[in-house]
Amino acid sequence: MEREYQIEGAEMTYRMPKEVDHHKAVILRDQMDRLIEAHQIRRLVLDFSETEFMDSSGIGVVIGRAKTMKFYGGTVEAVHLGERIQKICRASGLHRMITIKEEDGND
Amino acid sequence: MTDQTRNHMHLYFDARSVNEGFARLVVSAFMTEMNPTLEELADVKTAVSEAVTNAIVHAYSEEERQVELTCDRCGNELTVVVEDRGIGMEDVKSAMQPFYTTKPEQERTGMGFAFMEAFMDQVAVDSRPGFGTKVTMKKYIGKENG
Repeated sequence: MEREYQIEGAEMTYRMPKEVDHHKAVILRDQMDRLIEAHQIRRLVLDFSETEFMDSSGIGVVIGRAKTMKFYGGTVEAVHLGERIQKICRASGLHRMITIKEEDGND
Repeated sequence: MTDQTRNHMHLYFDARSVNEGFARLVVSAFMTEMNPTLEELADVKTAVSEAVTNAIVHAYSEEERQVELTCDRCGNELTVVVEDRGIGMEDVKSAMQPFYTTKPEQERTGMGFAFMEAFMDQVAVDSRPGFGTKVTMKKYIGKENG
């Protein structure tokens, strides 16, 4: 089975699950924070290419990680967001808090 | 003859986070008959997830109890009711304000009600401290196509 994350130096790319809700949020939060600390991550890339569903609990996870990274002087960005996930991010104002790179259609 | 555009379902499930996905699936299956667009389906799933998550996170602090989910269809009108018999809320108006949360340490954003209102056509919240909370949401399916 493929791992959810890939680490290169101080950069971690984390593959977000198919559904990012409150049930998954607890697990995601703990795992990412543990990895960020253990590997001294300073650039966190959240890859949403497989994500089909996200609600406000998912937004909470992203904002929480943005705070964690800010604490360590690092950055967070979200990449490969499908149309639905973009809509959720816009509704929450998340696009004003972190860098979001939307799906470019060429992938 | 029975009215083919009427349907009803009622369900109880444990107030556990694993059932958030289950509740979303049940409601999407229920509304399939209404021929929703993918966007309408996703909007309802998001709103249901918010209401059910609220019940699971806030209603019961100690023992694990149940959440009640009801769906009704009448023509192109979908009504979803999410109800718990938990702690309830003193001040519903404040609770519905965007970014209001009693559990910031759990990374709750306080956006739940705002999302329900953004993705449904009507949201009504009825709550009594010590008795529980009832969230009634309506959406008109197919209005985008006229």
